[in-house]
Amino acid sequence: MSKLMPLLSANFGKIRPTSVEEYVCTGGFTGLRKAIKMTPQEIIDEVKTAKLRGRGGAGYPTGAKWQQLYDIKHSPKYIVCNADEGEPGTFKDKRLLEKDPLRVIEGMTIAGYVFNAQEGYIYIRGEYAAQQRVFQEAVDQAVAAGYLGENILGTEYSYHIHVMTGAGAYVCGENSALLNSLEGKAGRPRVKPPHLAEVGLFQQPTLVNNVESFANIPTIVQIGGEKYLGYGTPESGGTKLICLSGTVANPGVYEIPFGITLRDIIYDEELGGGPGAKKKVKFFHLGGQSGPCGFLSQLDTAYCYQALREKGLSVGSGAIVVLDESVCVIDYLLTVTQFFMHESCGKCTPCREGNKQIYALLEKFSQGKATTADLQLLQRLSNLLPKTSFCGLGQAAATALSTCLKSLRSEFEAHIAGSCPAGVCFTKQGSGDR
Amino acid sequence: MRKANIKNKLVTATINGYKITVPADTTILEAAKQAGFNIPTLCHHPDLKPRATCRVCLVEVKGQRRFQTACNTPVGEGNEIITNSQAIREARKTMLELILADHPQDCLQCSRNQNCELQSLANEYQIRENPFVRSAQNLPLEDSNPAIVRDMNKCIKCGRCVEVCQEVLQVAAINTAHRSGDFCISTAFAESLADSPCVYCGQCIAVCPVGALKEKDDTAKVWQALNNPELHVVVQTAPAVRVTLGEEFGQKPGNITTGKMIAALKRLGFDKVFDTNFTADLTVIEESRELLGRLKDKGDLPLLTSCSPGWINYIEKMYPELLPYVSTCKSPQQMFGALAKTYYAEKAEIPPEKMFVVSIMPCTAKKYECTRPEMRSSGYQDVDIVLTTRELAQMIKQTGVDFAALPEAEYDEPFRVSTGAAAIFGASGGVMEAALRTVYETVAGKTLEDLDFKMVRGLGGIKEATVDLAGKKLKVAVVNGLGNAKVLLEKIKAGECQYHFIEIMACPGGCVGGGGQPFGTTKAEKERRLEALYTLDENSTLRRSHENPAVTQVYEDFLKKILVSNVHELLHTYYTDRKY
Repeated sequence: MSKLMPLLSANFGKIRPTSVEEYVCTGGFTGLRKAIKMTPQEIIDEVKTAKLRGRGGAGYPTGAKWQQLYDIKHSPKYIVCNADEGEPGTFKDKRLLEKDPLRVIEGMTIAGYVFNAQEGYIYIRGEYAAQQRVFQEAVDQAVAAGYLGENILGTEYSYHIHVMTGAGAYVCGENSALLNSLEGKAGRPRVKPPHLAEVGLFQQPTLVNNVESFANIPTIVQIGGEKYLGYGTPESGGTKLICLSGTVANPGVYEIPFGITLRDIIYDEELGGGPGAKKKVKFFHLGGQSGPCGFLSQLDTAYCYQALREKGLSVGSGAIVVLDESVCVIDYLLTVTQFFMHESCGKCTPCREGNKQIYALLEKFSQGKATTADLQLLQRLSNLLPKTSFCGLGQAAATALSTCLKSLRSEFEAHIAGSCPAGVCFTKQGSGDR
Repeated sequence: MRKANIKNKLVTATINGYKITVPADTTILEAAKQAGFNIPTLCHHPDLKPRATCRVCLVEVKGQRRFQTACNTPVGEGNEIITNSQAIREARKTMLELILADHPQDCLQCSRNQNCELQSLANEYQIRENPFVRSAQNLPLEDSNPAIVRDMNKCIKCGRCVEVCQEVLQVAAINTAHRSGDFCISTAFAESLADSPCVYCGQCIAVCPVGALKEKDDTAKVWQALNNPELHVVVQTAPAVRVTLGEEFGQKPGNITTGKMIAALKRLGFDKVFDTNFTADLTVIEESRELLGRLKDKGDLPLLTSCSPGWINYIEKMYPELLPYVSTCKSPQQMFGALAKTYYAEKAEIPPEKMFVVSIMPCTAKKYECTRPEMRSSGYQDVDIVLTTRELAQMIKQTGVDFAALPEAEYDEPFRVSTGAAAIFGASGGVMEAALRTVYETVAGKTLEDLDFKMVRGLGGIKEATVDLAGKKLKVAVVNGLGNAKVLLEKIKAGECQYHFIEIMACPGGCVGGGGQPFGTTKAEKERRLEALYTLDENSTLRRSHENPAVTQVYEDFLKKILVSNVHELLHTYYTDRKY
């Protein structure tokens, strides 16, 4: 039996992405047609039944998020699609935006209808210039065909989607920073409370969902929450777009039902296809740089929210980066930390200063200058960042470090003792090549 | 929205095991205070919005994975809050160590030594060694203007100054820039303050918890003048300094220290100690005349006051098209400087080039004002040096006098006498109230029964009053802080402003809240200082500027004997379009 389950990705490469006609031929916009005959609460209930969880990385139940916003009696409300896909190793939203943008538009439009919003915004990361053009073209086509814009499908309901972009800051993937950036302000996260459902874009109640989350909505409305849930596990409804990269034979985006194992994902011929004949997997990094690292003993864990969580792992964005034995964990973590050091917005102490210090400590390990005290300090920072940082960026910056300190501690100790098991460290001149 | 729903709701929680019941929007910080537990803060300032960026005010809330910041987290129903566990103490200590790793370690040479919020916390948390790598930078000092020095090496990125500049004053000279380790507070395109919209009000300095922002230290120049036997060194003291100087010596806010301040200045070696209140009275006379003139001749109205140099910088940079509305009267400081080096020089037979005029001001913008090229009507720079309240305190400490034990002394003639109307110049609304007393009695030709115009007092943003002037209604407004100016200025531009006379003070609260006042100023301190000023007024025998006999004498002996154009040159000024 195939391990793939193409619900969202069914049209990838099969239709012209901006063609409304071809999208409709594959069943496109039937979700929207059905939705406008339902009450908003009925739609929200289907999303709840589907147990859809936010696909951006945090995994917050989408139905609950929608209910909270729906219960706020205030207008206008805004719909925002977070397409600032900045998580390294993650490229599934990119695929949706360029291969099937009308599905995202349909999802955003159903959300607009639920909250009686007049305006929706999609914030596409600066680096996705080509995808912005495709998406804008798709928006224009949808408007021309009457699925978007004034009097959608002949109803009283009008809704517009604006394609917006940033300048490429990772932190703008944090929803409140994204809204600041949308408003023309510096992309730094906001103080919460108030939450975005209450005070969001332009100070109004706002829904912010990820591209993939929106892309799921037409399917859920079309086939019903219960059927959608059935594709996954009882706790994790539906399917997930995963991004495989690193030491695997077949890197790429795959749509899988929740519940297959990590081993399936990495080794199955239909999916990752293993690390190749002469290589051995050492660890894998889940959910992007902000996610945890997993190890061989965890390979038989089912890929779903609950099972991963029980093992200290997480779905995150859906990224799965596979690393083989030629990789030194210190060297790898230096790259991860440098990323966060670069992308920290700088406003809070633990993230601005903590990442700088973690980097300096890891450098000591890679140069053979680290001591046991340094290991303890590294441990202290990795414990504190998640507990003390202002936003998700800082809270997640040390996740990989924490998991590696736990499971590959011997490799840190080996560096203190003067040897790099992967044979990577002590050979470089400082960190000049980073 | 939600705020309205929870308005009157109470929540019950425990803090370190002690039960508390507080309104639902109370922060953990406030609630803990009520329960008797202080939580350390660094980026937080009681008058500003919570920022939650330094992460020092961490607390544990049972059942929550992450530590919460007490400054912005509201108490939730049933919360079990722990403010002083071992984990919390260690987390706070680490935050401080991280900040200190990025901070110069030259506390002994810092202007905020022993008066620094970071230093106090470092001491409280017993930081004796720091395990982290030192990352403090070596950025150049910005001291290219006469008022404000920025040492960004010491900046801890708390963002208080940004909020004050952007939101409270709405000047927006500075903002946050860049990311990560490069994150900093900067002017647009890292220009100098002089090339930014900065008005030198110094409110950024007033809220800075560390030594990153300070006034330009001019004490050495004053010591030099005092030690120069060739020079006749005189000093004037602004109305608001006498009610704040005591705080620098551990006294309560609002303590009236006029006599001790004068005594201290004499011991510092000043040849004469004069009162700016004298020229405040003179300003009232001149400005009232100007107002009545404009009312009569249908001149540019509303008349805008001109005492606050931060405000003058603001209008020159932001609304130069409205400059004709601004009173041509010099500020009391500059009227004093001009008279000192002309009238007083003549009277005392001291050549103006041998005279050195020092001002003690609650203000940093005054440091800039005295250097303006138009402020040389004596032929020399009328005021040579301006010191802030803080700088004066520093000098007094160096002389070794016991401030509290000093005997009370009096101001010197011929600028000894002043009125209660001048005393309240240090309060937002004070200039207006003083002017109204004089304008009313001049126009109505009768004595004002109730001298207190309470509508223009206090810390409100825009205060209004209507005064019946012999049948004609005079509509006035008081703008407390530049942040409230824009609304009225836009109205004037649109021709929709109904007021005849508007007082504008750059700093919230007026001069009692000036950028040169003692550190740690919050609304509470300002209120005590304001009370003290109104007490001085109430206790004055003379409460109307036009009753000041010494002012009358200056007109009789001097001003009436010189050319009208010269009087104008001495007491009035002009403004320049410096559109930013």
